[in-house]
Amino acid sequence: MTNSKICIVVVSGTLERLQMAAMVASVAAVSGQEVIVFLSMNALPHFVKGNSPEAQKEGDMGELMASKNVPGFNTLFEQAVELGDARIYPCSMAMDVLGFEQHGLEAYLSEATGLTKFLDDARDGQVWTF
Amino acid sequence: MAEKKIVDACGSFCPGPLMELIVALKSSQIGDELEVLSSDKGSANDIPEWVRKVGHEYISATEADGVWHITIRKSK
Repeated sequence: MTNSKICIVVVSGTLERLQMAAMVASVAAVSGQEVIVFLSMNALPHFVKGNSPEAQKEGDMGELMASKNVPGFNTLFEQAVELGDARIYPCSMAMDVLGFEQHGLEAYLSEATGLTKFLDDARDGQVWTF
Repeated sequence: MAEKKIVDACGSFCPGPLMELIVALKSSQIGDELEVLSSDKGSANDIPEWVRKVGHEYISATEADGVWHITIRKSK
């Protein structure tokens, strides 16, 4: 079986989208697929060390998930890296605009990268955007 | 000697029970049986699918009092 590469672009900072992106990343990674995640725009601040994992909810589903024992998106992204073949890249443009340093981000993230490298990596994979 | 382990993931939601199973598999030996307990019906469907996809042995899935018991054997 040929496992295609899954490339996930996360730009939204809302709980529903972060959660869905994390679910796709973690399940794909533990199913033997190569996963590349690119974090940019409003998604990136949720990966600053020590920041509250709480995210704005878009609707009722977000409120419900927050009130139930749904695995956190941060936990799922970390498991994608630790249990599977996933790499999660912070966007270097968002890092610059937000004034973030690599050491201030969660340790399971890879080194910040730019679009040129991401596009090159994504060339032979499926691209999912959240 | 093959062991039987229980992975109690009741109260969690997809893909939490699957992730808990995978963590348990990492520390298991080939031939060990693992029984996942899940109150999440989605996981009861998804875990057997994952087991077949990655090549472990699916043994059974039964439901009692709202809890799914999904049993697999580590094959690799």
